Formats: sequence, structure tokens, C-alpha cells
Amino acid sequence: MNRKLPIHVFLVLGAFWMLLPFFWMMTTSLKTQMEALRFPPAIFPHALMFVNYLEAFKQVDFSRYFLNTIVMTLGTTVLVFITSALAAYAFARLKFWGRDLLFTLFLAMMMVPIPVYLAPSYVILSRLGWIDTFLALIIPWSVNVFSIFLLRQHFKTLPQELFDAARIDGLNHLQILTRIVVPLSKAILVTIGIFQIVSNWNAFLWPLIVTHSDSMRTIQTGLAYFAQAESTNYPLLCAAATFTTAPLIILYFFVQKQIMESYARTGIKE
Amino acid sequence: MRRRQDLSGYLFILPALAIIILFRFYPILQAIRMSFFKWGMAGPLYTVGLKNFGRLLIDTKFYQALGNTFWYVAFAVPLTIILSILFAQMLNQKIPGRGFYRTIYYLPVVTSIVAISVVWKWIFNPDRGVLNALFGIFGIEGLKWLNDSRGIIEILLAPFGITASGFFAGPSIALCALIIMAVWHNTGYCVIIALAGLQNVPGQYYEAARIDGAGPWKTFRHVTLPLISPTIFYLMITQSIFAFNTFTPIYVMTQPPGGPLGTTNLVVFYLYEQAFRLWNLGYANAIAFVIFIIIFILTQFQKRFIERRVHYE
Repeated sequence: MNRKLPIHVFLVLGAFWMLLPFFWMMTTSLKTQMEALRFPPAIFPHALMFVNYLEAFKQVDFSRYFLNTIVMTLGTTVLVFITSALAAYAFARLKFWGRDLLFTLFLAMMMVPIPVYLAPSYVILSRLGWIDTFLALIIPWSVNVFSIFLLRQHFKTLPQELFDAARIDGLNHLQILTRIVVPLSKAILVTIGIFQIVSNWNAFLWPLIVTHSDSMRTIQTGLAYFAQAESTNYPLLCAAATFTTAPLIILYFFVQKQIMESYARTGIKE
Repeated sequence: MRRRQDLSGYLFILPALAIIILFRFYPILQAIRMSFFKWGMAGPLYTVGLKNFGRLLIDTKFYQALGNTFWYVAFAVPLTIILSILFAQMLNQKIPGRGFYRTIYYLPVVTSIVAISVVWKWIFNPDRGVLNALFGIFGIEGLKWLNDSRGIIEILLAPFGITASGFFAGPSIALCALIIMAVWHNTGYCVIIALAGLQNVPGQYYEAARIDGAGPWKTFRHVTLPLISPTIFYLMITQSIFAFNTFTPIYVMTQPPGGPLGTTNLVVFYLYEQAFRLWNLGYANAIAFVIFIIIFILTQFQKRFIERRVHYE
């Protein structure tokens, strides 16, 4: 027991270090501005200013930003499911000329770092007239090569007899996919879905570039805008930081294992 | 005999393929083409040949951004990995509250970088920030953090009468603030990956080390470390690429963005500035091209250099 004491001390210190910014965010969010600017600072607020949350929420159009983010997340997630399931099925179970070459091409696209896309994508999107629309937020991200890769790996492990039996029953490939394969792939689809939710909720650079108007801002670009507009009102800023991160943190406490797994598997963060 | 072809396969991949061609493949071709043009948002487009690249060669701001990015990656990635291996090593023992610690350590990973940046900017506030208040408790004079452009190598060498400047001044205090935040943000992810690596080390190796009379440090150095070197190798590559792509903290935290004196200007932020604030899209593509080459070389270099020391079973 004694030998393990240093380990406990170290782990507790680590937990403090990890939690301190969250604690400071929440405690500041409940202070008055006068109190927040006191130095050295008070650890706990004198009176709990929950009104800061209301005020931050009203100051800029956060309800609109939430709505936009939800639309963007739903749109990309649904489309990623569709495009990935279809492509993964073809790559895993169908034989056609050029299949492996195309799959290699897909994988090669993952190697290109995102900054390379930014300027040319902007030009393409503005030619399409999509700048400042949901199309620009959703369509370019409606394919996720890693999701295709994950599903393909899984589809390959399904027994051939399953497919033979379904063919004998007269099902076509689309029916096999939707009725048999998808129900057998729930775990992976959940992983993909969670990854989509987290990365859309936290997406910043892309929405920043492809949208301009206030009514198209997402949670993250809205928060950054608010941070510039209210750069010294720390209680309001911390309140906004709290309520924009709260949904994901709540989700995290429910599906912690899946989130860790989806990050560990995809290894990509945006 | 010819294999039966499923032509429906083409139909199945069509949606994904169309989007990949339009939004992944075509932009890359476009990027290559654009880097040879002067390409503003308005006005005529004209060929400038290699001028964009020529301009890049003499752009001191670009070199500064490259140097900053180098320091950022060189400090943030090893620190994150060392810290996470320490945590993972401790969490890999029978300790009450293991799950609790894992949950806590991972919390920053799911938090958005914008929100994190807002909060850390407040923590780093030179006059009212909690970090300087903590320093004050221990009688240490507070730092100007994000407003301080002095390089840390410059500061360390100053008492010896040596003046280090430019790249050799090292990361500025402001950049160090961003490095501290990056370490905080990414440790949890690396802990989970390192923990998975540690759990894959077969117990009999530890048993053998124990019988040979190896102490905890020797066991770690000669058994654990070699066996998890593939994990470390993986983390180094992915974390370096991730750090290289850092953009958001500079946008949210630094004032003016990339400042003070350009010491927090990282290459991806510089690309953004050129493309979307100054609308030099052609020039931005030349920068993007360099970023692509560097990330590519980095991956190859790390592979060659580290693989020799990586033990695969």
C-alpha cells in the first residue's frame, strides 16, 4: 500500500491539472464581472450569477447557432451513413473491374492534409454558389473514407453463406445491405455516428471559411465571434464556453467507451 | 474463366466517388494549378508561373511561421507523449479509481478547441489570470504569457551574456503558453492509446524480468519501453501531424492573431491569413504545397529514423 502512495499522489495531481480549467470556466461563469476581475481571484463566486448564462445566450444568436450545428451534424451523419454503407458494401462484397484501384485511390485521399483543400475548395464552392449555405457545410463532408474503411473491414468478416442464402431468397444487393448487413453492423455504425457528432459539433475551421453571415454561424464559429465581441467580459465568455461544451460532455459521460474507441480507431481529430 | 462482374458495384460507390472527385481529388488538382496563378477573388486571373514559389522563398514571415511550427511540434509532442506514458504506466496497475482517472484525463479531448482557447486565454491573463495568481502564492513573479514575445532559449542564455535571436531564440513565452494548452488538451487521448499498448505486453515478460531481479526502472526501460515502441511511434506520427495542423488557438487566443511579433504564427494559420484575410489564394496554395511536402517528409523521416529502434514482436 505504501509503495503505491506516490502513484496515487501523481494521479490525483494529474486529475487536478486536467480539471482545473473546467473548474475555472464554471466558477468564473457564475461571478459578476467585478468579482472576476479581482486579483488575486476568489475561488468561489460570492453570489451565483446564473443570469450570466441567459445574458450570454441572448447577446448573440446562440439558439440559431445551435440549430445550424444540429442541421449540419444530422445532414453529414445521415449522408456519411448512406455513402459509407453503399461504398463499403461494394468494396467488400462485389466484384467489379477497378475495384481495388478505386479503393486505393479513396485511401490515398486520406493522406492529404486538410489545409491543402482550403483555398481550392473555397473557389469550387463559390463557383457552385454554395458559400454561406448548408450545402457548403454538409456536402463536402458527406463522405468519410475512414468510415468506409471500417465498414468494409467489418463486411468482409460476415460469412459468405449469409449472402448466398439471401441471393437464393431473391434479394438484390441493396436489400441485402439494408435488411441483413446493416442490422449486423450496429456497433460500427454507432462508432461512426458518435465520431460524426463529436467532430461536427467541434468543427471550426471549415465553417469559419465557408460561411459569412451571422445566420449561418455554427456553435464554434459563433463562440469565436462572441469571444471577439465580448473579449473582456470573462463571466459571459465562460458561461458561453460552458453551455457550448456541455452537450458533448454530457454525451461523453453516457457513451464514454464508444467515444474513446471511435477516436482510438479513427485516430483523426479535426 | 472470367469472374462474374457486379456492375451494380459502380452504382454503389457512385455517391461516395462523386463527392471524393469533386471535393477531394479536384481541389488537389486545382491547388496545384492555382499555385502557378495570381488568384485573387476579384479581378483578372493571370499566370505568374513560379512567382508564388519565388515569393515564398524570400518571405521572412513564412520562415518565421515555419520556425514557430517547428518549435511548437518539437516541444508539444514529446511532452504530451512522455506525460501520457507516465500516466498510462500508473493506470496500468491495480489501483482503485482507474476508470475515474481515465474519464477525467480524457475530458479535454472531447471539449472543443474554441471553448478551451477561450478559457485558457482567461487563465493566461497577465493581470487577472488564475495562473499568475497561483504563481503569486509560491512567490513567483507572474508572466505576460500570451503578450510575451521573448524566446525561452533567449531568456535562458541571457544571464551568460549570450544573445540568441530569430529562430534560435526558441519558442516565445506566448508560444509556450499554447504548448502548455496543447499538452493539456492531448494527453488524455495519448494515455488511452498508450494504455492499450501497455495492456498488450504479455505478463510473462514482466515475470521474467522479476525473476532476473530487475527493479521497476530497469523493467520499464528494458521490457516495457521496447515493447510499446510501436505505440509510441504511432503516437509521434499522428500527434506531430495533428500539432502541425494547429490553427484554432492562434485564431482565438493571440492578439494580434499570430502575435506578439509573429511569434505564435504557425504555418496553417499563415495559410489561412494569406488565403482568407488577404485573399492571396494562389500564394496560399504555394504555402499549402509546402505544408503537404513537410508532412509527407515528416512521416517518412520518422518512419525511417524511429523504425530502427522500434521492436516488433
